[in-house]
Amino acid sequence: MQPPSFDQRHLLGIEPLRPHEITAILDLADDYVALNRQTEKHSEALAGLTQINMFFENSTRTQASFELAGKRLGADVMNMAMQASSIKKGETLIDTAMTLNAMHPDLLVVRHPHSGAVDLLSQKVNCAVLNAGDGRHEHPTQALLDALTIRRTKGRLHRLNIAICGDIAHSRVARSNLILLGKMENRIRLIGPPTLVPQQFAEFGAEIYDDMREGLKDVDVVMMLRLQKERMDGGFIPSEREYFYRYGLDAEKLALAKPDAIVMHPGPMNRGVEIDGQIADDIKRSVIQEQVEMGVAVRMAAMDLLARNLRNARAEAAG
Amino acid sequence: MTTLFKNARLIDPEAGTDAPGALLVQGGEILACDTSDASGAALLAAHDLRADEIEVLDCRGKCLAPGIVDIGVKVCEPGERHKESYKSAGLAAAAGGVTTIVTRPDTSPAIDSPETLEFVTRRAQVDAPVNVLPMAALTKGREGREMVEIGLMMDAGAVAFTDCDHVVGDTKVFSRALTYARSCGALVIAHPQEPGLSAGAAATSGKFAALRGLPAVSPMAERMGLDRDIALLEMTGAAYHADQITTARALPALERAKANGLDITAGTSIHHLTLNELDVADYRTFFKVKPPLRSEDDRLAVVEAVGSGLIDIISSMHTPQDEESKRLPFEEAAAGAVALETLLPAALRLYHAELLDLPTLFRAMALNPARRLGLASGRLSAGAPADLVLFDPDVPYVMDRFALRSKSKNTPFDTQRMQGRVLATYVAGDAIYRRDV
Repeated sequence: MQPPSFDQRHLLGIEPLRPHEITAILDLADDYVALNRQTEKHSEALAGLTQINMFFENSTRTQASFELAGKRLGADVMNMAMQASSIKKGETLIDTAMTLNAMHPDLLVVRHPHSGAVDLLSQKVNCAVLNAGDGRHEHPTQALLDALTIRRTKGRLHRLNIAICGDIAHSRVARSNLILLGKMENRIRLIGPPTLVPQQFAEFGAEIYDDMREGLKDVDVVMMLRLQKERMDGGFIPSEREYFYRYGLDAEKLALAKPDAIVMHPGPMNRGVEIDGQIADDIKRSVIQEQVEMGVAVRMAAMDLLARNLRNARAEAAG
Repeated sequence: MTTLFKNARLIDPEAGTDAPGALLVQGGEILACDTSDASGAALLAAHDLRADEIEVLDCRGKCLAPGIVDIGVKVCEPGERHKESYKSAGLAAAAGGVTTIVTRPDTSPAIDSPETLEFVTRRAQVDAPVNVLPMAALTKGREGREMVEIGLMMDAGAVAFTDCDHVVGDTKVFSRALTYARSCGALVIAHPQEPGLSAGAAATSGKFAALRGLPAVSPMAERMGLDRDIALLEMTGAAYHADQITTARALPALERAKANGLDITAGTSIHHLTLNELDVADYRTFFKVKPPLRSEDDRLAVVEAVGSGLIDIISSMHTPQDEESKRLPFEEAAAGAVALETLLPAALRLYHAELLDLPTLFRAMALNPARRLGLASGRLSAGAPADLVLFDPDVPYVMDRFALRSKSKNTPFDTQRMQGRVLATYVAGDAIYRRDV
């Protein structure tokens, strides 16, 4: 295989990546999809390396995906549930980073409730850091797995009409996707109630719709976002049922998209709030299960590439 | 003692002039200044003095201006002396050409009783080489419920009343406090901000905050706060100063209020004049201030308003924070920046950018704040206290935050190129700071 041109020390967001680096991750991830479908799914790419998953926010799916990705590549994986431990004891993020540093991890996977916290952490540790979601800022591996899913089902990752629907304002998934899909030259529509869609995103080239029916016309991809329970209390939208009525994806609204449009969702879904259960389960339209599968492969690819750069950098430093 | 400052470039904000001249100081006061003969010979002759009888300082063409009067300096006594004491703040002020600091009451506990006020006055007298004038809280504990003993506190030396960045949300409480303050002849300083809209905000809403995923406040919140306060001024007739006006949208309201004859003045901070929201870049917490940094359009509008005199006063809004308060994710990090020592060099950026001239800068940093507080300083006229700053506006250097005299080193100008620095600072004719050249 050609050495991929991926020149990053960390994966903190999609923003610092160049288009060919995104392609490098996706190409390698394709190989890992093939590996993961075999009975023997083990590689030695991360053998001898230590991966620590540090989640300052609850997560089942992303953490499991990263854990599985690390284990399949032969890393020693440790999970730390941070919301239960040091934060409660008043330890600062930097102290935590210094403590971890002393354990010599090679890959650090971090999720944190505040935007920018993973950047801050990456400045203080000597290993490769992967952002597993920071506040409302970025969630790069989610955008990459979405991109891989689109590329495999649509056959390309450019010149597509893609609608991102729902709570854009509080969504790091939406931000990373907007940046990634923009870099790959797609047309992006943001659809949602104006209280949940920052109008400033129009300045990044996205088209903004508050009428979902109009927004879904002729799109190739419909990405639904999860509506957090705490946003449903009347502060941002009047009620759950009004939201489903106006912005929930059902068969009637989906019929306005292209006949072969796919439906995506980062999970976990609120059936009957942002998405109709039947659509989520429709194997002709919904690629939600594929997204989960691609997630493991993309994370394997990202960690593999970062580990190669880490090994090279350390070999150079050692002379 | 008599001192002649000769060959100076005199910056006179009252006359609006920037010209070579000489200045004579006697008994801690300015005796006279003269721009017809920079050698000072005419000045000496007029006052029947001989050069060998007095101290003569050759300013070698450097700028001599009234010392800066800085409204809104946070000294962290009582409560957080490790962040800034009267001693360290005094040294920082002296090194920054600030001869009068007007201190904020947002300490812990707040300065809301004559007893706490007396404590800080005593500490200031012992430790600070510059003039220290304390402000007191407007409401007890800065909680916006009960007004403080305004009369007693004025007699104890409070020069103004402010809850600092806490907005008195209850309009009834605020209107009564304004009415009562008026009867005492007290100046009320407020932070114009709509508190509901700005709750939890760490940035100004816009493209940058949207991209960075930071909780943001619309610049409209400042105008709404100012609009409310102006309405209450029409009701009460109180003397009012808006601590920081930082957005273009608030300016027309301010202009109307002044035209309507209300007793209103407005300030802005040096950071809002010289930095914008993009400086935050990758979540750099030293750029987190309150209100948050604004867009470039807002910055330029505010600079223009200082030039026209619509905004009266430039302050450092000196807010010391220790490393621990800043080494946190942006949303959690404390707001504020130290600025006593960087106020003048940063202001000189506006001079070098040819946006504001030196007399205009010193009108906003010395003359207007002194006038607003009824002080005789802030000018070069005869009889004014000899509070002076001698500075070289051109010397270039790179800012090193660890060289600051403040106990806290949280300056956004760290590692930035600056031009201009203070050579000497005088309070009542005495040199309290001299830079070894």
